[in-house]
Amino acid sequence: MSFLSYLINGVSLGSIYAIIALGYTMVYGIAKMLNFAHGDVIMIGAFIVLNALNVMNLPLIPAILVAVVGCTVLGIVIERVAYRPLRNASSPLAVLITAIGVSYLLQNVALLIFGADTVSFPNKITLPALSLADGNLVISSVTIITIVACIVIMAGLMLFINKTKAGQAMLAVSEDKGAAQLMGINVDGTIALTFAIGSALAAIAGFLLCTAYPSLNPYTGSMPGIKAFVAAVFGGIGSVPGAMIGGILLGIIEIFAKAYISSQMADAIVFAVLIVVLLVKPTGLLGKKIQEKV
Amino acid sequence: MGKKLNKTAKSNAVTYGMVVAAWAVMMVLQSQGMVSNSISGLLVPVCIYSIMAVSLNLTVGILGDLSLGHAGFMCVGAFASALFTNLTVEAIPATWLRFTLAILVGAAVAAVFGFLIAIPVLRLSGDYLAIVTLAFGEIIKNFLNILYVGKDSHGLHVSIKDSMSLGMEPDGVVIIKGPQGITGTSRDATFTIGIILLLIALFIVLRLIQSRDGRAIKAIRDNRIAAESIGIHITKYKLMAFTISAAIAGMGGALYAHNYSSLAATSAKFGYNMSIMFLVYVVLGGIGNIRGSVIAATILYILPEMLRSMQKYRMLIYAIVLIAVMLFSWSPAAQQFRERYSLKRLFKKNTEKEDA
Repeated sequence: MSFLSYLINGVSLGSIYAIIALGYTMVYGIAKMLNFAHGDVIMIGAFIVLNALNVMNLPLIPAILVAVVGCTVLGIVIERVAYRPLRNASSPLAVLITAIGVSYLLQNVALLIFGADTVSFPNKITLPALSLADGNLVISSVTIITIVACIVIMAGLMLFINKTKAGQAMLAVSEDKGAAQLMGINVDGTIALTFAIGSALAAIAGFLLCTAYPSLNPYTGSMPGIKAFVAAVFGGIGSVPGAMIGGILLGIIEIFAKAYISSQMADAIVFAVLIVVLLVKPTGLLGKKIQEKV
Repeated sequence: MGKKLNKTAKSNAVTYGMVVAAWAVMMVLQSQGMVSNSISGLLVPVCIYSIMAVSLNLTVGILGDLSLGHAGFMCVGAFASALFTNLTVEAIPATWLRFTLAILVGAAVAAVFGFLIAIPVLRLSGDYLAIVTLAFGEIIKNFLNILYVGKDSHGLHVSIKDSMSLGMEPDGVVIIKGPQGITGTSRDATFTIGIILLLIALFIVLRLIQSRDGRAIKAIRDNRIAAESIGIHITKYKLMAFTISAAIAGMGGALYAHNYSSLAATSAKFGYNMSIMFLVYVVLGGIGNIRGSVIAATILYILPEMLRSMQKYRMLIYAIVLIAVMLFSWSPAAQQFRERYSLKRLFKKNTEKEDA
């Protein structure tokens, strides 16, 4: 039974990674940049939820909505101010280093506003836990909600991309920016929309992450952020179902590594997975092969 | 052509002269007793961070690959050299000899790690390379946190569980104690040694950049496919630059290990935030500008220590400056702006005369 409960915990953690990874993979697919600050947007989202709950005394759902709106605005502002001016820069390192700078900035702004202390995040999900097999296997409501949220988000995103005009525009921009522009697609707007969606998802991921692991400080987001990027690479960067599969597999690997190998080495094992994947199949499980042109 | 060579030689002389002058000034001030304890405590770290910035600039500025695992190489060098010092503290009584060997060991072990990591890493580029070096840095740090090494009459014992499972004789000593790291390393680092190491690092990097190999490395940075098509061996040169960079970082780590009495692979000291700190030095000093790295590391390390009251805002200011510098120097719009309003253009007549 412990194997099964580890597996479920893994899927739950992996669902959070998957939601974060969606943000990475969409931005990478369309803007061709690694948004290093994505993990810190998660942290900001979690802080907004916390303050909306504790300071503004909002109920849970409106609090999450406030965070979603806040992070969406933040994502758009970051893209507009820091990333857009560098879109056609001669060195690919420029935008990556700027993204690192933004990540640094968000951490230190949070440090000044919210302080360096780790605060505990309240568990506002008060549904009863699901008990299976005569109480041998208990699945908490947080776990179930996380997994359901991941599936709903994933399905919604697939529908959005494949069935709406804006989604089709995203696909076109990720395929060929110049051609998309010639077809009358607003490239800047589409990229901004991608950042907005990714950041909105980050707010939800921040809430789920801090509900499942209830401690929050300005550095909370960076490690899950990096691991979610690993998940995005694992699944094949640019692919929405890939992010989901990669995230869930990575979550399972991490929980199993913690349970059966060594809790201190769990992070190292996750990173080793990244290295192996990149060496064996650099495009990930579902990624497309990109030919480099002169 | 001759004029250009002179320029390089002059520029090198300025770089070395600057470091030597800084050393001389500090030595004079110290002999006059004009240096407070808090300042003299900063001298060796300034050398360490300058060495790290020079080393990272070789990877980022000259090779053009973003490495976010540089603190990992420093960590490896620090642990290897501290282990060596602790093992040989009785066998080699002469401090200078032991410390020199320890630095060589630190550099060599870091170079081996750099080489091993570079083989897989260099098949990647850009963002993937950055994230994989970050991953390697974290793996090294995590691994050192569970590593136990002890010594007894039978030789070395290694374990990755705890100090009990080393299975040593009663006379054994545990040297690397997992998360506590290595304590009680002899504090052999001095400012003079730091300056010598910095000069060595500068010498190696500048010689490399200005050699034929260095030009090949820069050609790869500027256009990999074009470089390959004219017969430059990409893997060889990338490996060369990466390994040398790691070795210099290991040297910095050895200096670090012998400057403090305790050494632990914590996130604050060897995590990727530290690697990013080095990157800040490199970017603010000018990507590819070796002298700039030394100046930036020195100023950015000393300034916040002097302005203790600003401590809270230090990182925030760094972050804003980092973004601003990147936007100003790399965005196409800013580049156009600078071209239009550059001093050269405003004084166009003067420059034309000079050119003629």
